[in-house]
Amino acid sequence: MPMAPYQNKNNYAAPFITTGLILLCSALLFGLLAAIQYIVPGWGRDTFSFEKLRPLHVSSAVFWIIAGAMGTVLTYLQEHNQKPLKNKALVKWQFYLFAASFAGILISYFFGVFSGREYWEFHPLFAIPITIGWILFIINFTTNHLKLKGAPVYVWMWFTGAVFFLFTYLESNLWLIPGVRNHLVKDMTIQWKSYGSMVGAWNQLIYGSSIYLMDKIAGNKKYSHSPIAFGLYFLGLFNLMFNWGHHIYTLPAHAAIQYIAYIVSMTELYLFGRIIYLWKSSVTTARKNIHIRPFQFLLSADIWVFMTLGLAIAMSVPVLNLYMHGTHVIVAHTMGATIGINSLLLLAFAYDMAGSQGEVMTRNKKLIDRGIVLTNISLFVFWLALIIAGFMKSFWQMSDTTEPFGAMMLRLQPYFRVFYIAGLGLATGLGMVIYPLLKKQWTKRLTRNAASEFSGGSYQEKAVEIA
Amino acid sequence: MSDYRIKTLVFVGLSLSFLGYTAWIYFHKEREDHPANAAAQHGKMIWQEKNCGSCHQLYGLGGHLGPDLTNVYASKPEAYIRAILSAGTPVMPNFHLSENEKADLIEFFKYTNSTGTSSPKSFTLHADGTISK
Ligand code: HEC
Ligand code: HEM
Repeated sequence: MPMAPYQNKNNYAAPFITTGLILLCSALLFGLLAAIQYIVPGWGRDTFSFEKLRPLHVSSAVFWIIAGAMGTVLTYLQEHNQKPLKNKALVKWQFYLFAASFAGILISYFFGVFSGREYWEFHPLFAIPITIGWILFIINFTTNHLKLKGAPVYVWMWFTGAVFFLFTYLESNLWLIPGVRNHLVKDMTIQWKSYGSMVGAWNQLIYGSSIYLMDKIAGNKKYSHSPIAFGLYFLGLFNLMFNWGHHIYTLPAHAAIQYIAYIVSMTELYLFGRIIYLWKSSVTTARKNIHIRPFQFLLSADIWVFMTLGLAIAMSVPVLNLYMHGTHVIVAHTMGATIGINSLLLLAFAYDMAGSQGEVMTRNKKLIDRGIVLTNISLFVFWLALIIAGFMKSFWQMSDTTEPFGAMMLRLQPYFRVFYIAGLGLATGLGMVIYPLLKKQWTKRLTRNAASEFSGGSYQEKAVEIA
Repeated sequence: MSDYRIKTLVFVGLSLSFLGYTAWIYFHKEREDHPANAAAQHGKMIWQEKNCGSCHQLYGLGGHLGPDLTNVYASKPEAYIRAILSAGTPVMPNFHLSENEKADLIEFFKYTNSTGTSSPKSFTLHADGTISK
């Protein structure tokens, strides 16, 4: 069943993408500033210390992912339905609530107002607009011709992501109840239960969109209706619900949590094996589509899925986890996943929505080509340097040495320097890719003129034209 | 059974198991998990308000610029902890904490220490890949 072109004249979801891209720039800037404290210990200690820079960096990164995912789902939903969103005002309200919260939170960090916890360090009052904003997102999503019956797998995934994000986000605020907060082990168990599933929830939104985009590139919806697609979706859902325990193997919580997470996580070996098994056909698909800009991002993300999944499965074995927990291996894993998978996929969607034609895109073709290559190479070095530093810290943790923490950190300096230089490359590479998107947006093409490029199924026609 | 029916059943089945697991997580009682006293509770709030967790870890979770502090109360004398809290270090800022705040933070470290040990060295490794104390 070929996908008919859909003309999206007024895309109210586009501002989410622009805001997201600006937040990504902010994440890069604050990441680079925060990392200086790794290579010049004590830098900015009394002015711009790590306890401000880390949340500025991490929250910007998380907000980029959330804003990008919401904007993409709302845009693709319109394409899928071949109809514009029904309630413009509600989408606008959703946008304003999130934009105001993001701005308010980042500003409050500057003034040293925290009192939340890791990843969500902001004051709990901000949870109110975020929760309302997300409920609006669910309303905007479900009231726009949502039908699960006969729907392709990505619609199920969007639905799952939207609902589970709300649940896990609320759950991450349970510490506000004294009975939870005052029991450290219980509190940390619930905190990491919610975080683990929350990442699974936004991945449902993003992976769902990547299946949608892959169908669009292929020009048919064979895959997204197939039993294997649904099988993998349910496997992902199963892991979202039950594998989060691998974050807290060393916490003195009930042993059952360890066993459940360990066993459930091992089902991901199937995904890993499948990628290897399908290697050849993936290469064939890649050869066929490599000239398509969004596909280049999808392909890079696929490679990062493979590496991240490999590391994640290793981390899910409690014995191996012991050698990585609390070290920079975890930082490598988190950033590998949020940059290599989430960000690259969101950039694929942004390029798809922006359209590969038009002046800005043609004029910057070389810049984008080089940006993609630089991003991937730098990220690999970045990732590897953190993993090596992490294992060195791990040996320190596991040995009986009396070497103080500070001395150990100094010994890791060479790796942190490589990490920093690679980070500069990464920021430059991503900058080269983000710039044309923002430029195109500012010249109003994304929302107006280029709207005619919002045409599902056009990739195969273009391929024929090029051939 | 129709295709849609099966999918819905799987979804609902998984969701109910998830809710069951969630309820157990919320309500079962942990062996070691006694509540913090009032001073330690206050110390925990200072820990969050000053974002100590951006550099430090508890049970290996947190930022990575500083050391894990779960058991600092056992490994370092109280006077040393108080001195660090008063002056900071070359990397750690001086937070200009009041005497009360310092006392509450120390009470919090005493509490975190009483909940267990976080060092990965303290675990026994098993051949099936699991770990235990
Ligand atoms: C900017 C990062 C940073 C922040 C924020 C930070 N610390 Fe530290 N802290 C360190 C570093 C790094 C060390 C290790 C000493 C060194 O190498 O300078 C340390 C050491 C300590 C120690 C001594 C640990 C030991 O085993 O010697 C204690 C106690 C401590 N910090 C408590 C706190 C508390 C409480 C807060 C919040 C009010 C806090 N720290 C915030 C970086 C930080
Ligand atoms: C210029 C490139 C970047 C640099 C130099 C950088 C640097 C850093 C630093 C120093 C930390 C703190 C690690 C610690 O706790 O000790 C960090 C954490 C993190 N970064 Fe980045 N970052 C960069 C890009 C990104 C991007 C693009 C993303 C995602 C969009 C990202 C996502 C994260 C996340 C999620 C964490 C938390 C990791 C954890 O669990 O500790 N970073 N980054």
